[in-house]
This record gives sequence, C-alpha cells and structure tokens, in this order.
Amino acid sequence: MANSYLNSESKKLATWYFTVAATLFGAQLLFGLVAAIQYVVPSFLFEILDFSVARMLHINALVVWMVFAMFGAVYWLLPDETGIETVGIGFGKLLFWIFTAAITVVVLVYIFVQVGSADEMSIWFIHEGREYIEAPRWADLGITVVALGFVANLFMTGMKGNRSGIVTVLMADMIAFAGLYLTGMFFTDNISVDQFWWWWVIHLWVEATWEVYVGALAAYGLITMIGAHRKVVEMWLWIEVSMLFGSGILGMGHHYFWIGTPEYWWEIGALFSALEPLPLVAMFIHVLYDWGKTQGEEHAKGQNRSVITNKPAFTWFVINAFGNFLGAGIWGFFHTLPQVNLYTHGTQFTSAHGHLAFFGAYATILIGMMYIAVQGKNGIKVLNHTKSSIWATSMIVGGVLGMTVALTIAGYVQVLVSRAQMGATWSGYFDGQAGTWFAQGMDWRLIMGFVTFTGFLFLIKDLLSIGKATHHAR
Amino acid sequence: MAKKSVWSDNRFWQRSAAWITGFASVLLIWLTFDTTAQISMGTDSDIQNGVTKRVPGPTVINYKITYEMNKKRQHEIPVIGGANADGTSSFQEKEKFFGRDDWSEEEATALLHLGKLGSQVKNCMNCHTLLGNGAYYAPDLTKAWLDPAWGPEGSMQAMTGKNTKEEAMAEFLQNPSQYPTHERMMPNLGITAEEAKGLVAFLKHMSTIDTNGFPRNFGKIQGAVNGK
Repeated sequence: MANSYLNSESKKLATWYFTVAATLFGAQLLFGLVAAIQYVVPSFLFEILDFSVARMLHINALVVWMVFAMFGAVYWLLPDETGIETVGIGFGKLLFWIFTAAITVVVLVYIFVQVGSADEMSIWFIHEGREYIEAPRWADLGITVVALGFVANLFMTGMKGNRSGIVTVLMADMIAFAGLYLTGMFFTDNISVDQFWWWWVIHLWVEATWEVYVGALAAYGLITMIGAHRKVVEMWLWIEVSMLFGSGILGMGHHYFWIGTPEYWWEIGALFSALEPLPLVAMFIHVLYDWGKTQGEEHAKGQNRSVITNKPAFTWFVINAFGNFLGAGIWGFFHTLPQVNLYTHGTQFTSAHGHLAFFGAYATILIGMMYIAVQGKNGIKVLNHTKSSIWATSMIVGGVLGMTVALTIAGYVQVLVSRAQMGATWSGYFDGQAGTWFAQGMDWRLIMGFVTFTGFLFLIKDLLSIGKATHHAR
Repeated sequence: MAKKSVWSDNRFWQRSAAWITGFASVLLIWLTFDTTAQISMGTDSDIQNGVTKRVPGPTVINYKITYEMNKKRQHEIPVIGGANADGTSSFQEKEKFFGRDDWSEEEATALLHLGKLGSQVKNCMNCHTLLGNGAYYAPDLTKAWLDPAWGPEGSMQAMTGKNTKEEAMAEFLQNPSQYPTHERMMPNLGITAEEAKGLVAFLKHMSTIDTNGFPRNFGKIQGAVNGK
C-alpha cells in the first residue's frame, strides 16, 4: 500500500491538490493576520487593503483550500478503496489546472481591483459580495464545471471498481456538495430570499455534506492507519450519516430565526440544531474506541508496539474528532437556541465558533490527509513524529484555541454591552467595541494568530522534510 | 444458533441513513415552498390595500417607518406608515424620501435594485452584518435606517450638516473617511451620489423586513450606564 504512489496517477494528482491547498492555507492565515491587526490598529493598510478585502481573502482562501484538500483527499483514497486507478485521471488533471488558474485570477482581482461600480458587470467579474461565496459569477460557473467533473470521475471510478461503503457515502455526499453550490449563484433584490438560499450553500455544506465527508475520511484513516475493521468502521459511518443528515438538514432552521423568515423556524431550528452535536460526540467516541480496540488486540497477542502507522496524521485525526465536537458541537450549541441567539447573532461569538469549528472539523483532518500523502509518496511503513511536527501541532492547536477563547470573551462583552445594555445601535456597537475586555480580547486574538501562523510555518517545513527523516520504518 | 441481529447489520444502517436523509430533505423542501412564498417581496398594491408582508414592496420608502413592541407577538415589529389599534402597520403616514413621497413602483424598484447591487459590489457584508450576517468589524445594518444617530437629534446627521436622515446617510456613504466617528473608519469605496441614494433606499427597505424582533430594543436606549 505504502508504495502505491509510484504507480498511481490519482495519488500524484492528490499531492498537487494538497500543495495548492497548503499554499492557500498560508494565504488564509496571512490575510487573517492583516484583519486581526486592523482590529487593534485600525489605520493599518487603511484604504490600501481594507478590512473588507482582507476578510474576504481570509474566508475565501479558507473555503477554497479546504475544497482543494477535499478533492485531493478523494483522489488519494480512491485507488485504495476501489482497487483500480481513478477513471478519467487526465481529465481530472486538466480540471486541476483550470481550477488553480481560475482561483489565482480571482485572488488577484480581489487584491488589485477590490471594488467596482454598482452594476451586474462587477458581480460577473469582480466579486459577488456575499460572505464565503464571493467568487464572481464567471468563476462560479467555472467552479461548477470543475466540481461536476470531479464528481464524474468519482462516480465512474466507484462504478467500475470495488464500491466500498466509504466510496458509496462519498459518491452520494459529493454530488450533493456540488449541486448545492448552484443555489448560491443568482442575484435578487430581496435580501431575505438572498440569505435564505445563501444558507443552502453555507449551512448544507459545513453542517451537513462536509461533516459527512469528514466521517468518510475518518473511516478511511482508521482503516489505513490503525487497521480498524472495515465492517465496524463502515457500520459506524452509516450511523453517523443518519445522525448528521438527520440533525443537520433541518438544523438549517437556526439560520432562519432573524432574516425575515417565519417564526416556525425557531422551533425547528432549535430542536434539530440542538441535536447536531450528538453525531460529533459519536464520531469522537468511535475514533477513540477503535484505537483502543485495535491496540488492545495487539496487547492480547503479547505485542507492545503501537498500531498507528502514521503518528502525525493520526494525531491530527484524533484532534479532528475532538475539535469537531468542541468547535462545531459545543461552541455551536452555546448560541443555537433562539432565546440566546437573539442577542449573540452577528457578534464575535459567531466568530469564535467559526474559528474553532472550521479548524476542528475540517482543517485538522485535511492536514492529517497531507501527512498520509507524505507517507505514501515516500514509501514509509511507519511515519513517526518529528520535532517540527510536534511544534506545528502544538502551536496551531494552541493558537486556534487561544483565538477562540479571546473571541468568546470579546463576544460576551459585545452581547452584554452592545446588544443587551445598548440595544444594538451604531453608538451601542462602538460602546461595546471600546470596552476594555473587548479590546484585550482583540489583542489576545492577534497574539494567538501569530502563534498559529508560526505553527503553520513549522507545519510546512515538516511536510516538506519529514519524508526524508531517517527514524521512520520503511 | 442465534440469528444475527439487525442492529449490527450494515445494510440496515445504510437503509436507515437513506430514509432519514430522504425524509429530512423532503421536509426541508416542503418548508422551503412555504417560506419562500411568505418572504416573496410585496407590491405597491399590497401597501395600498393595507396588506402586511414580511418583506414589503419597494414603495415603502414613501412611508414613515418605526420599530414597535407588539403585544401579541411579544417582540418588536416594523410599523409602516403609523400603527393600527392592534399595533400593526396602517400604511397611512407618509414621509419624504429625498424630497418626494410619491416614488412610483418602477422608480422605487429601480432604486432598490441599484442599492442591493451596491451592497454586494461595495462588499458591505465583509465589515458590517446585514440581518445579522456578515463580518463584525462595523455596526449591524438591519435597522440602520431607524438608528437615532441619523435622526434629527442624532450626532451623525449633525456631523454631515444635512437636514434629513437620507441626505445625511448618502453624504456619509460618499465620503466616509471625511467623517471619522471613531478610530476605526469606513473607507472610501467610490460610491457615487446615485449609488448612495440606492444604498439608502436599500437600508430603508431592509428596516421594514419583519425579522421576528431582531435586534431587540433597537434604538430604545439612549446612552449606557458605565458602558465600558
């Protein structure tokens, strides 16, 4: 298995995707730092690279690096799961170059054009100004073609080769993932209708299809890294799909409390989104249980060696299992009930949740997949930690947790002062922002942002060099 | 020999997943039909006939807007053109918008269209929140039209030297960094006079959307006690 890289074009393509993903991850952190500095020093790059531009780059780079890494991870695991080379790999490579070129143009336009006049041309060629899916319409169409091409490759391979449970879940999940993007592409004068469909993309991605994707990836990781039994892992995967879609699809209601939509969404949103943490608890327990079980079987055989064949990757998978529960589950549940959300909606509270959830649920496991690719590419049987891998993990996890705590405290001040005490006006907003605890929260967020970025530098250094280290079992 | 339990059967769980997903999706789609009908934009004749829509037609810009606590619903609702006895919109009291209270449906629609386009192209949402969604670097704009700061006694109106709310807002939008209210400023986004007019219409229209009482107590409290 370890050397399958050498004769798999699919795996080679996966490493291309991971390379671009890691680069965009760096861009995400850099523009995040710019925005974080602007909270503390508002004159920083004022009217050169304003907060709105930095923030747009920060969240778009986030979404796109994750999509790149998700595509890459599928191209990586497909040959292992189906037992055959990915069908249409030449087409896949072409799509990769189109995708990369399109994203490069989009980013350059964001940075150097930034803003246009209020007409359809700007929507087509500069950006759409809709959080997370700002990409201009020409790029929307391009992304749709690329996503459908990717799904076609996945389907053709799944239908020709051995269609495992993991592949079946991915096929169903990825077609929904690609299809949902279409609901976020039209323009309307009605902002309530606009946000209604906008959430179909954002929510049904990150709280439904992406979560199921992570479940499938975790299943693959457990089988390949600790030799967990496929039957058990796939049964759990189906249970997770039931729980994730059962709670997540109607959990969408928690975005429909205040955007002009009817009041019945209070009850529907509260009930189903309150259930959303359950599958995340289940996933965490499942990963630890399988780990303990396979290790216990080794002990029973009188063996003392670790069952883990890729230490850095498995570390990231375990952090994913817990981070998903903590960031998406706990931090999400904090403010999901309408009685609470009336005051927390649109505050740094949301930002705290957003940071820990995107990191815990997605960044972690995708970094783990990059380590699996490094292992495969270098033909290593057991990949051990290096000093850099430990520094990278500690600093990134510590940095993101620190940012989350800082933003949560800032969020509390904003909720109590700007919202509860001051009734949410312009002056109420700035009274909250001027609060000492708010300002301290923003200072600490910036400091922790630098810690995270330093961790990222260690991560890149490690991904580029760990394969050459000599203490692995080959 | 005991039979294998269905609870440890992968096929059983696969089918459960398919059924649960299908059921949740069908429910969501059904609710979507109901919701999209309820949030479709109203028309001028709705307003003329006293029909309250969750998202009223663009000609609401001809009316006076307030945000009042509704006894029955136990939260604030937008009140258009003064209140009826039960606290809902009466659509009677007009208010001049850029000197006119007779904007036709075509004119008002065109203005709102320009404003909505402007709100996206100028990237409002990556500093402000709209209906509570967006970034948190600048104040929420959901009910910005009703913010006392822009009113006759408000600091923002006084600062721009204009006599009406809409003119003050339009002036600020065109030259935001000339009117620094805080160390954190709004950048100049090249907003033209016409675009600014559209954006203010967009803001006034947004303040009339029934947001189920979000934000709570908006504009009711003048000055915090030890706000810092």
